[in-house]
Amino acid sequence: MSHVTEIIHQYLRHNKKFPHVFCPGCGHGIVLGSLIRSVHELGLPKDDVAVVAGIGCSGRIAAYVDFNTIHSTHGRALTFATGVKMSNPKLHVICIMGDGDATAIGGNHLIHAARRNVSITALVLNNNIYGMTGGQCSPTTPEGASAMTTPYGQLEKAFDMVELGRAAGANYVARGSVFQANMLERFIRTAIERPGFGLVEILSPCYTQFGRKNHFKTPVDMYRWLKENAVPRESWEKMTEEKRRGRIPVGEFAINDAPGLEQRYAEMAARLKEEAER
Amino acid sequence: MKAHLKRFEIRFSGLGGQGVITLGRILGHGLALGCGYNVTQTQSYGPEARGGASRSDLVISSDPISYPKAESLDLLAALSQEACNKFYRHLKPGGILLIETDMVRQPPSNVFIGLPFTKLAKEKLGAPQAMNTIVLGAITHILPFAQPRAMKKALEENLPPKIQAMNLKAFNLGQRQARTHFGPAPEIWEGNGMDEKEPDQREVL
Amino acid sequence: MSRTSAKRPKGREMFALGNEAVAEGALIAGCTFYGGYPITPSSEIMEIMARELPRRESGVFLQMEDEIASLGAVIGASLAGRKAMTATSGPGFSLMQEHIGYACMAETPLVVVDVMRGGPSTGLPTSPAQGDVQQARWGTHGDHPIIVLSASNVQECLEMTVTSFNMAEKYRTPVILLLDEITAHTREKIFVPEPDEFAIFNRTVPAMPPEWYKPFEETVRGVPPMPPLGSGYRFHTTGLTHDVNGFPTQRPDEIEDLMLRLFRKIDQFYPDIQLVDDHQCEDAEIIVVAYGSVARSARLGVDMARESGVKAGLVSLRTLFPFPRNPLIQRLGAARAVIVPEMNMGQISREVKRVASNRVQVRALNRIDGDIITPTQIYKAISQA
Ligand code: SF4
Repeated sequence: MSHVTEIIHQYLRHNKKFPHVFCPGCGHGIVLGSLIRSVHELGLPKDDVAVVAGIGCSGRIAAYVDFNTIHSTHGRALTFATGVKMSNPKLHVICIMGDGDATAIGGNHLIHAARRNVSITALVLNNNIYGMTGGQCSPTTPEGASAMTTPYGQLEKAFDMVELGRAAGANYVARGSVFQANMLERFIRTAIERPGFGLVEILSPCYTQFGRKNHFKTPVDMYRWLKENAVPRESWEKMTEEKRRGRIPVGEFAINDAPGLEQRYAEMAARLKEEAER
Repeated sequence: MKAHLKRFEIRFSGLGGQGVITLGRILGHGLALGCGYNVTQTQSYGPEARGGASRSDLVISSDPISYPKAESLDLLAALSQEACNKFYRHLKPGGILLIETDMVRQPPSNVFIGLPFTKLAKEKLGAPQAMNTIVLGAITHILPFAQPRAMKKALEENLPPKIQAMNLKAFNLGQRQARTHFGPAPEIWEGNGMDEKEPDQREVL
Repeated sequence: MSRTSAKRPKGREMFALGNEAVAEGALIAGCTFYGGYPITPSSEIMEIMARELPRRESGVFLQMEDEIASLGAVIGASLAGRKAMTATSGPGFSLMQEHIGYACMAETPLVVVDVMRGGPSTGLPTSPAQGDVQQARWGTHGDHPIIVLSASNVQECLEMTVTSFNMAEKYRTPVILLLDEITAHTREKIFVPEPDEFAIFNRTVPAMPPEWYKPFEETVRGVPPMPPLGSGYRFHTTGLTHDVNGFPTQRPDEIEDLMLRLFRKIDQFYPDIQLVDDHQCEDAEIIVVAYGSVARSARLGVDMARESGVKAGLVSLRTLFPFPRNPLIQRLGAARAVIVPEMNMGQISREVKRVASNRVQVRALNRIDGDIITPTQIYKAISQA
């Protein structure tokens, strides 16, 4: 067994009925691997990690990993996670959501979790579509794209999750893609390590529900697209308006050190205790 | 001596900001915890409590109180004309109307007792916001079953320390004024039949 | 009820609102997490918890962005080992239904207090009603058992909050405590016993080593032990229908095992769960069945009837669901008529009819104008029965 496979086996659940639900070519499996490697590299004990997932293809990741796992409700993963983190700040809480999950039904929870700056790592697996329900458009479906519920092309503008997270006050905001797995791992690690709310948007192709209907011949084409169009932030900033069109910057967009809500809460409780004793 | 009370209903009413709700709460606190009666207190909430008439009701009894709302009043304290007009008809026959004489310029009947509470607060205490506590002092005098000591304790337990001294002064002023102007308490209630009240069988709908 | 001794227990008196008594009860029961969203007429509960919890050992208070988030955070906290609650009113209660279902499915102990106000929709925010009774029973989708309790006065608010937590922990289930605006907003003298005067139930935690633990396995009581997240028992919790290990399943045999256990863990403890009080029922010919603040009016109405020579009695329900069929029928005795007054168009009277219409005549007395049902109204209904 290769080293990587060994690590993966150490963190996957042995009592779970595999195979997993992901389609061939789905990006979510790469995220699963990145997550495991990140936790491994940080040396976090499995007992100290809580994974809270939403509903959708991405949500199934929770069942596969051997941590404390909660498969919550659609869009509400961050609310569960907030309760967990505030109740037991010792736990490293990682939230796994899809784009529809986090920005449509859960959009309000996303901005408020960011505003509270509670120390949760939010991984939003963005495939620009509702995969599990059969390919309906989501708030990140690009303008003009075709989906089951936009048969004549998406008219609405897509959300920019990075801008959203930054404006709402998240400590750490990054965007990565499954094609650049090492970079992605670094982002996930940083988000887990840093205090406060960490939002990592992960571009993860869904050939089955998005690619097929939007001129990608094979899943491989989608990865090729990522390779060419997910450009590092530094290069992106040097690009002309015209060159930027159709491309998307990846990298770190916000790195702040504000203490997490759970820490500020603990400080308040300590202050109250001190006052009471005086 | 603790009088046996069947069911005694009081309504405080006035404008938002006059401290009517606090008044009801402190009197209730004193009667319940200090004098040992069963007391229920209800009040107006929400939009009703903000503009217009604000009210706070007390039901006092030696027996357990089954129905918590006041509907047939033994005592109505009206601190505004609007409140007086609105609630006067809820006063039961023989019930007492207590008014703020500067605010209620047109009493609905000539049978009432009253004091210029706001003016007293301004002129004698220099603290208009203590008006409600003067009313509390006056009412404590009127109610034969309310013990001044219990009321003062209720004031202390419900108000922030900073304003306690002022409110105790206001309370004493209210008691003194009531004694001078209304006479001894039992006489106020003569003919009201407070002690031999029948169980409540009134029509409330 | 849950007091341990018959002699006067230690404690203190308070002149408290129903909502304040709920908060007192929650703290006595050991609640250390509150997640909520402000709404009239329940907000005082939240305000007190905001003041008290941060000052108490490991107490956490969070104001969330809406009621969905509130109950989500409460579930997260409960999974992390906390006794957790939220309080709300009609519109907020509607938003919570999704997560009440999750808590049923994932067997998460928690308490939801719903202070009923006039509805539907925004309705009458400051007026009493009892319109959420069937929503409390059936509001979340899917077939599920649930415990719904109520309280008719301020003292009961305290006691029933403790009972709610006890039942939630004992049966690993959400418990809904239904109050109405009158009960919540009446201030009254109550006795607050010292916490050790109550029997407090804490959820069972697993005694076996983690590798033997199956999170949703059958047990004697039908209630599997529940470890807090992060204590070494790593397992999966989901709202999907799951097997004994907590993993999603579509196998009919596993589905049936799970669903039947969820029902059975409540069903087999009916005598513990179904709480009712009675007053003058022994020889009563006419029995009033009431709950919440209406039970107070009914008591006076019954006494008025007795004084006028009518043999009337009262059964007041502290448990609304599972509907206390047996305790009610036992108390009906030789009654010839039952009157069910409520501030809705008949949400409990339909239950009473379901269980008792074969032996007595059941009449509903309804009021939906935002006002309380008065003792006189009930007295009249008794006289005419
Ligand atoms: S539908 Fe799309 S997102 Fe879901 S598993 Fe298949 S490829 Fe992945």
